[in-house]
Amino acid sequence: MSLVSEGADFRRPLAAERPLAEPSLASVGDYVALMKPRVMSLVVFTALTGLAVAPGNLHPLTAFTALLCIAVGAGAAGALNMWYDADIDARMVRTARRPIPMGKVQPGEALAFGLTLSGFAVVVLGLLVNALAAALLAFTIFFYVAIYTAWLKRSTPQNIVIGGAAGAFPPMIGWAAATGSLSLEPVLLFMIIFFWTPPHFWALSLYRTEDYARAGIPMLPVVKGDVATRRQILVYTLILVPLGVAPYALGYAGALYGLTALVTGAIMLLLAGKVFVERRPDDRASKHLFAFSILYLFLLFAVLLVERGWGGLIARLAA
Amino acid sequence: MNEQDKDEGIVLTEAQKRARRSRSIAIALSLAALVILFYVMTLVKGPIVLVRPI
Repeated sequence: MSLVSEGADFRRPLAAERPLAEPSLASVGDYVALMKPRVMSLVVFTALTGLAVAPGNLHPLTAFTALLCIAVGAGAAGALNMWYDADIDARMVRTARRPIPMGKVQPGEALAFGLTLSGFAVVVLGLLVNALAAALLAFTIFFYVAIYTAWLKRSTPQNIVIGGAAGAFPPMIGWAAATGSLSLEPVLLFMIIFFWTPPHFWALSLYRTEDYARAGIPMLPVVKGDVATRRQILVYTLILVPLGVAPYALGYAGALYGLTALVTGAIMLLLAGKVFVERRPDDRASKHLFAFSILYLFLLFAVLLVERGWGGLIARLAA
Repeated sequence: MNEQDKDEGIVLTEAQKRARRSRSIAIALSLAALVILFYVMTLVKGPIVLVRPI
């Protein structure tokens, strides 16, 4: 069943769209907003962790270049997402003030901006860092824009489960930038973000259900209902928590990480359990889970970064 | 042909001129940063920058 084809008119022109011949009023800030700076910062942070925990001695400037390219690539993907989703963004309270629905940036301008930045980010990463990292970045942009945005988002309630892979790739790109190869450890970091994404977004969608329904996006609460979503959140959290501890269990991380993963994982489980027993219209538990899930992922990667990245750097400098 | 018949094309408003100027400056700064990045990275990598095994 697809909710999308049952009444949503996705390609209708935007009310804010101006004639093409009219010169643009877009400011630099509007173009920065197109790049989804908050998402970019999370991407840079997880990529930095992947880069810092990887073995080897990458020159700081090469590391900076890699992070810059990953950030620009993420921004480009965000711009392409806003270009494609301008029609549904205009219908949702959360996204209605984005540059394209507001009429500040024309869809064609956003498309050109996104494609240009994508090309630059991938080519520069390939030329100055390595081909594997560039290939992974190109695949991530393709996956986010073509697979998630253009296909899954409007056609299946599993959209953010599969599409979550796009947000999980940055630590692998960071690792690939540092080593030119891949191993189990970056795949583990990928898995943590991959299984973190559904509880995080479904917690949000539980108290934004009307918004998603109005836009015709088949999010899980819209299609399968409230109870099924709460059950799925608990299931994914039960998979996520052991995965969060796995880097310690497999010897990739130290005791501080292990302790952090255990304590924060227990809180995640507790909050997911509260979401499971909670019934609408009280969405307090969902809001708490959404907020804490951000802190959970941040803490896991921050502790890993401090323990393996900076700790390793200090050890190398001292040696 | 009098003055009114002349096609003046698109005349930018002051707001449009300001927006275009700020975008032009941002593009110029980005390109300058890219030039500096390529130059410094060439120094960092040395002759190996030309070695690109597939």
